[in-house]
Amino acid sequence: MAKALKIKNLNAAIGSTKILNGVSLDILQGEIHIIMGQNGSGKSTLLSVLMGNPKYTVTGGSVMLDKKDILDLSPPQRAQNGLFLGFQHPQVVAGVALGNFLRLAKNTIASAQKSKTPAIGPAPFAATLRAEMEKLKIDPAFMSRSINEGFSGGEKKKSEVLQMAILEPSFAFLDEIDSGLDIDALKIVAKQLGVVQKKQGMGLVIVSHNPRILDFIKPDKIHIMSKGKIIAQGGKEIVKKIEKDGFDSFIKK
Amino acid sequence: MAVPLKTKKMLTQTGDNSAYSFRTKTKSFFASKKGLNTDIIREISRQKGEPQWMLDFRLHAYEVFLGKEMPKWGADLSGIDFENIHYYVRPQDKSKRNWEDVPKEIKDTFDKLGIPEAEKKFLAGTGAQFESEMIYHSLAENLAKQGVIFESTDDALKNHPELFKKHFGTVVPPGDNKFSALNSAVWSGGSFIYVPKGVHIELPLQAYFRINIENMGQFERTLIIADEGSSIHYVEGCTAPTYSSDSLHSAVVEIIVKKGARVQYTTIQNWSGNVYNLVTKRAMAYENAEMFWLDCNLGSKVTMKYPSIILRERGAKGEIQSLAFASKGQHQDAGGKVMHLAPDTSSTIISKSISKNGGRSTYRGLVKVIKGAKNVKTRVVCDALMLDPESRSDTYPTMDIKEEDVAVAHEATVASIGEDELFYLMSRGLSEEQAATLIVNGFANPIIRKLPMEYAVELNRLLALEMTGSVG
Repeated sequence: MAKALKIKNLNAAIGSTKILNGVSLDILQGEIHIIMGQNGSGKSTLLSVLMGNPKYTVTGGSVMLDKKDILDLSPPQRAQNGLFLGFQHPQVVAGVALGNFLRLAKNTIASAQKSKTPAIGPAPFAATLRAEMEKLKIDPAFMSRSINEGFSGGEKKKSEVLQMAILEPSFAFLDEIDSGLDIDALKIVAKQLGVVQKKQGMGLVIVSHNPRILDFIKPDKIHIMSKGKIIAQGGKEIVKKIEKDGFDSFIKK
Repeated sequence: MAVPLKTKKMLTQTGDNSAYSFRTKTKSFFASKKGLNTDIIREISRQKGEPQWMLDFRLHAYEVFLGKEMPKWGADLSGIDFENIHYYVRPQDKSKRNWEDVPKEIKDTFDKLGIPEAEKKFLAGTGAQFESEMIYHSLAENLAKQGVIFESTDDALKNHPELFKKHFGTVVPPGDNKFSALNSAVWSGGSFIYVPKGVHIELPLQAYFRINIENMGQFERTLIIADEGSSIHYVEGCTAPTYSSDSLHSAVVEIIVKKGARVQYTTIQNWSGNVYNLVTKRAMAYENAEMFWLDCNLGSKVTMKYPSIILRERGAKGEIQSLAFASKGQHQDAGGKVMHLAPDTSSTIISKSISKNGGRSTYRGLVKVIKGAKNVKTRVVCDALMLDPESRSDTYPTMDIKEEDVAVAHEATVASIGEDELFYLMSRGLSEEQAATLIVNGFANPIIRKLPMEYAVELNRLLALEMTGSVG
């Protein structure tokens, strides 16, 4: 059951400032896409808009998940339809334990999807969560800590990947998942990303401005964004070009 | 509220305060006419069979009440009609020790609130007040054997006259404020607790206060004496049904914490939106004693309550933590006061308020340090969370410090629920209401987690109820 996410001519603005100027991109489940580009090229906005951030106004285009236009759905409805966003700057939510929150989210999504498995209780959930934390080398104590409160940059990113692993989306968008991670942490996260992606047959869109990520993740496609548009697509040869000539070489074309 | 309800279903199916809002039809044994005069006060005292000194105390307090102006510095109290209140309603002839002896319709009320069940499960003793009188009191046998007294305040006046007279009215004198004077004139019910030297009561003692009829004035009077080196945790809960006209709850709570003793006094109240809740609570802490007020206020029309601690001798510690939730048409004017009268004393005041749908919350606090009270430490934290622009939050922290050798810390924050925070939680599949409730629970959590587990669960549920239908 290969689902597809098809972005067609997507336009979006914040206030009166246009940020996305006609993005088109097809992602199939099981594929890994990497979007690269300079700061301010619209990469993060694209992911935010895909998840329904109310800050942005969609001014044109469509995003079809199979036959459903998800632009009509609220953020929780998108999550319930199998979308996930790993944030560049995950929010701190004081006083709410990460484990409790994730269990609530897991059960809410399952119930919206009319899953036949009953809601998962605190004890079995804690066991599942602990196992996933171990794979990402996250201290199990973080389960009882407030969401992202006092987490280092790297811990926040690991926590985003942990949430993805638990919520098991069909399509995940990861915004600068590599920033704030040292090389060892990046290895662990990338490896785990690969494992979860394979297991789920997940479609993955990773936004990054650092070609280093390609040492650890083998994408099906690489896209270069500039000024709110995808201006180039291809394989690893694109990265070599970036490394040699910089992003400018694409923009000037 | 107070005691975890038996039926979760009842709570989740109904909105607002209505799980507690059922009314019970009861026949009162005696009800004073509306309004107040010396004849009614004499009648209350006569019915209770009180000694002359108590009648004199009441009549004097009534004079003080008449002589005092309504407080104008806080919440709007202009809606109180002193002539439209029943000051004394006696639901049965006397307090029962056996639950089976309580009249059926009253028993049904408390059954619905889950009281007798909670007693069996996690309490060392229970009291229940219906209108003006404590209708039931019980204490675990092992505690009674150790000399612990847990009775209605009326019974204690009869049974322990000397202990009673020595302490009654010493911490909150009638002249303290208009409402303490009113309470002193017409007081009825409440708990009297004495914990002997060195006795530690592990499980909480609880009292539940219920207003059932319309235009009721409930004026209970609680007196707790923790003798040297003892400890106790007392929990009170309060509810009332919703009526179209107002009721008045004006209690006085006095606590004496002797050398090396510890008292925790926990309040969880969920009054209906027609109750004026004007309560005077004060504790006197002696050498190395510890007093902890934990005060959670939901509901009511107006609450004015500032639990206070007088740190009277060296080494005494005081802590006041309060949580207030103000919704539409409600004003929670709450906070805490600490008086440092001796060296090496320390205090903490933590106040958290949540305002929603145009509700108003006010933090009003006082920390006083007299000259000569050296090496005092005090910390005041007040945080306000506003759920919408229509709501209001004000902070009036007063520091009156006459000594230089003092460490003072004060922090205050006002926050609204951020769009980014909501989007983050909603992107994980939660509805806006779930996300906002989670943020509110997280905000209140540092206070909620100080509660015994059963109460914490209940309070989280109450907060979730308050949040139902609150967003988009």
